[in-house]
Amino acid sequence: MNAPVKFYQTGTFTVGNRLLRADQRSVQASTERSNSLNSGHRACQGCGEALGARYVVDAAMRATGNQLVACNATGCLEVFSTPYPETSWQLPWIHSLFGNAAAVGTGVAAALKVKGRQGVRVLAQGGDGGTTDIGFGCLSGMFERNDDVLYVCYDNEAYMNTGVQRSSATPPAARTATTMAVGPQPGASFGQGKNVPLIAMAHRIPYVATATVADLRDLEAKVERAMTLRGARYLHVLVPCPLGWGAASRDTILLARLARETGIFPVFEAEDGEVTAVTKIRRRLPVEDYLRPQRRFAHLFGTPGHPEMLARIQAEADRNIRRFGLLDRAEA
Amino acid sequence: MLRQLEGSHAVAEAVALCRPEVICAYPISPQTHIVEGLGELVKSGALAPCEFINVESEFAAMSVAIGASAAGARAYTATASQGLLFMVEAVYNASGLGLPIVMTVANRAIGAPINIWNDHSDSMSQRDCGWLQWFAESNQEAVDLHLQAFRIGEELSMPVMVCMDGFILTHAYEQVDLPSQADVDAFLPPYEPRQVLDPSDPVSIGAMVGPEAFMEVRYLAHAKQTMALERIPQVAEEFAQRFGRRSGGLVRPYRCEDAETIVVALGSVIGTLEDTIDEMREAGVRIGVLGIQSFRPFPLAAVRAALQGARRVVVLEKSFSVGLGGVVSTDVRLALSGLLLHGYTVIAGLGGRAITKASLARTLGEAVADRLPPLTFMDLDWRIVERQLEREAATRRSGPIAENLLRDVGAVASKVR
Amino acid sequence: MLQVRFHGRGGQGVVTAAEMLSIAAFEQGRHAQAFPSFGSERTGAPVVAFCRIDDREIRLREPIVAPDVLIVQDATLLHQVDVFQGLRPDGYVLINSRRSFEELGLGDLVRRFRPERLTCVPASEIAKRHIGRPLPNAALLGGFAALSGLIRLDAVVHAIRDKFTGKVAESNVAAATASFDHVAQRMREAADA
Repeated sequence: MNAPVKFYQTGTFTVGNRLLRADQRSVQASTERSNSLNSGHRACQGCGEALGARYVVDAAMRATGNQLVACNATGCLEVFSTPYPETSWQLPWIHSLFGNAAAVGTGVAAALKVKGRQGVRVLAQGGDGGTTDIGFGCLSGMFERNDDVLYVCYDNEAYMNTGVQRSSATPPAARTATTMAVGPQPGASFGQGKNVPLIAMAHRIPYVATATVADLRDLEAKVERAMTLRGARYLHVLVPCPLGWGAASRDTILLARLARETGIFPVFEAEDGEVTAVTKIRRRLPVEDYLRPQRRFAHLFGTPGHPEMLARIQAEADRNIRRFGLLDRAEA
Repeated sequence: MLRQLEGSHAVAEAVALCRPEVICAYPISPQTHIVEGLGELVKSGALAPCEFINVESEFAAMSVAIGASAAGARAYTATASQGLLFMVEAVYNASGLGLPIVMTVANRAIGAPINIWNDHSDSMSQRDCGWLQWFAESNQEAVDLHLQAFRIGEELSMPVMVCMDGFILTHAYEQVDLPSQADVDAFLPPYEPRQVLDPSDPVSIGAMVGPEAFMEVRYLAHAKQTMALERIPQVAEEFAQRFGRRSGGLVRPYRCEDAETIVVALGSVIGTLEDTIDEMREAGVRIGVLGIQSFRPFPLAAVRAALQGARRVVVLEKSFSVGLGGVVSTDVRLALSGLLLHGYTVIAGLGGRAITKASLARTLGEAVADRLPPLTFMDLDWRIVERQLEREAATRRSGPIAENLLRDVGAVASKVR
Repeated sequence: MLQVRFHGRGGQGVVTAAEMLSIAAFEQGRHAQAFPSFGSERTGAPVVAFCRIDDREIRLREPIVAPDVLIVQDATLLHQVDVFQGLRPDGYVLINSRRSFEELGLGDLVRRFRPERLTCVPASEIAKRHIGRPLPNAALLGGFAALSGLIRLDAVVHAIRDKFTGKVAESNVAAATASFDHVAQRMREAADA
């Protein structure tokens, strides 16, 4: 037939680009990757967390020569990765409780140290609920003691596994099952927020970084960097949840990119409490571009909608851009 | 070697002799001296290799122990009262996963009202969680039980709670024979885990189990405790051979052979009871004491065998189930089903109220004469109770109960005991 | 069985005194049990500590209500707490004070007991002289050894060195010895009189 064929110049941003030097290829591009979160798990179509976890754990496995133990909090990742009687994990993995992933990680690290096996590294991971709320005490304790654990938070901004309830990571105005889009102030309230990456920095731990599933190489590089360091390290990864956010399952990576490009989710690195690197916004977009594709923000739009809430969200994004210097002078 | 030292320090030294690899500590009265002692031993290098971690809560303490044990290390922690409750989710997790953690519970009452003194409500609240639960009668036994705890716990892959009365034992200076490192090493081999997080052989620990297999997994915990019923006396016997004294085991009868009345109790009160019983025996009363060392697994057969010859059984306990009565009594009654004898529950010593020989003699005298009600709260000040009930009947805004009662009781500091 | 009850205030080493006594008894090959009645740490509040000494294993665990020996580390308690409650008629009493029983307002009370078994000793002053701080517990134990002969001074010294180290231990030993001598002297004077 005469259907037009479109060619796209995607350059280095393609996951599987093997036109690059071997050392520039992503972990995911390699057939040698550990595939630590093996296929067959029960995540939803388009699950950002499944994607993020696979990226993170594979990168950590490569960085540590496959000498890694994972401690998982209760949540979507734990539930869909270990559906009785199967497990998709290809590395030693433990799930204890909802709020103690960081503490379990501390215990594993201590045991490895005592046994003289510090070549084996520890990864603790959980969702936003298990990290910013119920696991917060254990997380702070782990930071304060500088225990040798990399903690990764997969932030999909609500308690997804139990049916999309609000967590302290839920953004203002978002609809959740416990912050319904009804009444004069629909959706989650405009509270103080809880910026765990900044709180982690306040502990002055060796390494803190934020990342999203839209930037595979950036995420992998950050995991790699983290694994060159010892002590408490924290990685906060934005992982869109199609179901919870009311978005199309094909839009997961797009939404993560939009979160970055609107300034809603600053992407940066910090060491010893100081920001050391920032991912600049390439082409700044209004927050509306990010919010519209998500039905959890649908009540902001339409007639009359909530233009005042939209404005507040935009103001917060503006503040992030200023605070972290997310725009080059030309763009600002 | 014979030493005169504080109970908690004796326990710290005993635990250190067991070569723990990870110790997590969060302070709570009255166990603090135990973890402080261990902390010092680790920091000075006397106990090595060992990681001593100051955690930020009891929930973290048990969680760190879980991680450490799952990674193959011998893990230990200690707590009491509110701390035990704060870590309950993790306590169940440890036994559910089959991790042989050893924990000292320095028995203390649970608030409200807040109370730092001894009773058994804390460990009793966790009697169903799957941990083995043993009670020490003396500081010597507390020392010995920790050795047996690591041994049996690791053998069965189940966690063990060693209970010792807060303040009464933990803060008491008395003579203890502390074994040598060589003797402990001969008794307690290095920890060989049944499951371990190891990159060379990856496993997933802590998966969800649905209705298809949950009952079976839980039954296995019960099966292990049933096995423990066999192993506990065997290990206690081996302990006696090696160390030359009886400690642990399931039950310990004292002058029960021809007793018409037998008093059942746990923990340090057994000592006071034995003195009381000796005096009553001298007065011609046929009475004995049955100490229960292993509360979980509950030795139904051993308890039945010890009590079945008696005419009456008095369960003296430092715990109670609000709305029902005794806690230990209920378990003892189960052991005696089908047997016709008089059963009495005496609840005493709650919140650290002293249990005196005089009160015991009086109460047991009533029991022997079958004049005791089925449920008694020993040394309860009924005037104060009645005053409060009258107060509440008279006015809705009757105020906090504790404040009212304390005002009735008067200044505590001026009292001698 | 010998039952000793210590009274004092938090921060004066009352519990330590009971513990040291138990160590001294252990040193003499006896069984001893020492424990506090209040566990909460609070400076200045009345504290009671107990010590039982026997030649066989001590199984009893209850507060001492009928003491054979009463040691009072803080005389300000005398009219605030009934420290004499339950004291046996042939019991020993040792009070930390410069003053006499009469001067302390206890004249009537002590006439009920055996005079050669009662004494006041300025333990805080002795402690101040030797240790530099008015911590009377070691001195009181030294005094008790002299008063009763139920514990030997060398056992008390051993207990002090078990509990403390270096200069602190030695100064406490000096205080205990000085107190022992003081009481022994007073008893000789009383006997001669």
